[in-house]
Amino acid sequence: MPASATEAAGSTHSARLNQVSKLFGSFAALRQVTVELEPGRCYVLIGENGAGKSTLLRILAGLLRPSFGTVKVFGGLDPHEARERIGYMSHAAMLYDELTAQENLRYFAALYPRRACMSPAEALRQVGLDPDLTRTLGQYSQGMRQRTSLARVLLPAPELLLLDEPFSNMDVESARQMVELLARFRQGNRTIIITTHQREMAAPIADWVLTLHAGRLASFEPGKPTL
Amino acid sequence: MTSALWTHLVKDLRIEWRSLDAIVSMLFFSGLVVVLFSLAFDPRGAFSQQIAGGVLCVATMFASVSALNQAWAREIRHQVLDAQRMAPAPGAELYLAKVIANFLFVTIVQVVLAPVFLVFYNLHILGQGWLLALVLPLGTWALVGNGTFFAALAIRSRNRELLLSLILFPIFIPALLAMVQATTDILTGESNPTLWIKLLAGYDIIFTTASLLLFDVVFHAE
Repeated sequence: MPASATEAAGSTHSARLNQVSKLFGSFAALRQVTVELEPGRCYVLIGENGAGKSTLLRILAGLLRPSFGTVKVFGGLDPHEARERIGYMSHAAMLYDELTAQENLRYFAALYPRRACMSPAEALRQVGLDPDLTRTLGQYSQGMRQRTSLARVLLPAPELLLLDEPFSNMDVESARQMVELLARFRQGNRTIIITTHQREMAAPIADWVLTLHAGRLASFEPGKPTL
Repeated sequence: MTSALWTHLVKDLRIEWRSLDAIVSMLFFSGLVVVLFSLAFDPRGAFSQQIAGGVLCVATMFASVSALNQAWAREIRHQVLDAQRMAPAPGAELYLAKVIANFLFVTIVQVVLAPVFLVFYNLHILGQGWLLALVLPLGTWALVGNGTFFAALAIRSRNRELLLSLILFPIFIPALLAMVQATTDILTGESNPTLWIKLLAGYDIIFTTASLLLFDVVFHAE
């Protein structure tokens, strides 16, 4: 939702970007993006390659700092300070090939001592994987790695979930299951942002659809969620 | 030892146990250096005692560069480092766990290499041999402590292997000199290595403290 509209309504926000620009050398990946994200909503971010979708997500995750403008999450915190409340899933797996899915998840759960993490086995079951698989992640298919990666992100129950191309390498049925899982996750008043080239896959949970074009926020339209 | 440090350490040891990437490459490389030097110099008697310390230290130093690079290469392979950066656990604990893991890997290589070294260089320890159990760990810690820090610094560079060597070796020179001198003193028994051991200990304390304090800046850099 554009910032002015929510300010008028006086609502709290999960994230607020104000005039955010990001430069890599002389290349502007983001240009004066202003947007406010409400809790309990799912935002689908679309745009062509190089539009700035991943950069926007990395800024929200606190992995990149904006060159200009401000980013605040959860009512005024810097994303870096609030990073344990944010889950970020990149298009890379962000997991170790040499470990099993359970070992990977146990490792990451141990890094969040203050969060009430669900058990690794439960997280794996939620994404439709068998927690007793003894194969290491290097032997998984791309779709299975993607699901394990989602399990890692869901593990500490983040309040702001950032998913970069979560449906890539997934078959239609797996993607549908993931969307249903995300719909349940959103019901806990959590905010989800999904970047995708497969808009139709995310459509059932899209409360809002944001379009980025050459680093600018070109449109901000309501979606037609069915879940 | 905090739980995050232990968690990182167990993970690194488990990955190395399954892949053996670092240890095997270090063993081959350092073994090759030891054998080639023995062929090139034909070490016998007193000459062997004089150069053995230097050869051992240089072999360890060059071999450990591959392990140091691999330690962080694993973290960036599938952007795992970003997941680490998102976690609330302090970066310094990740650094310290990697130093301990690398220290163990290099020590294993030194233990395996020692008999080969004694045979090829026909060595007889004329000084206080037990002091080697102090010198080698202190020198190894100096190498992997700095190496792990600078490998993290160089990790985003395209020429990270070259960059690590260019940064690490000049900074490691004081520790290398102390390690070589102390080892030579122990092997020849000609002088007391205490001063060099103190220098190594001081070097370790200063550089490990500085690395721990600065690591979060390197870790969270874009």
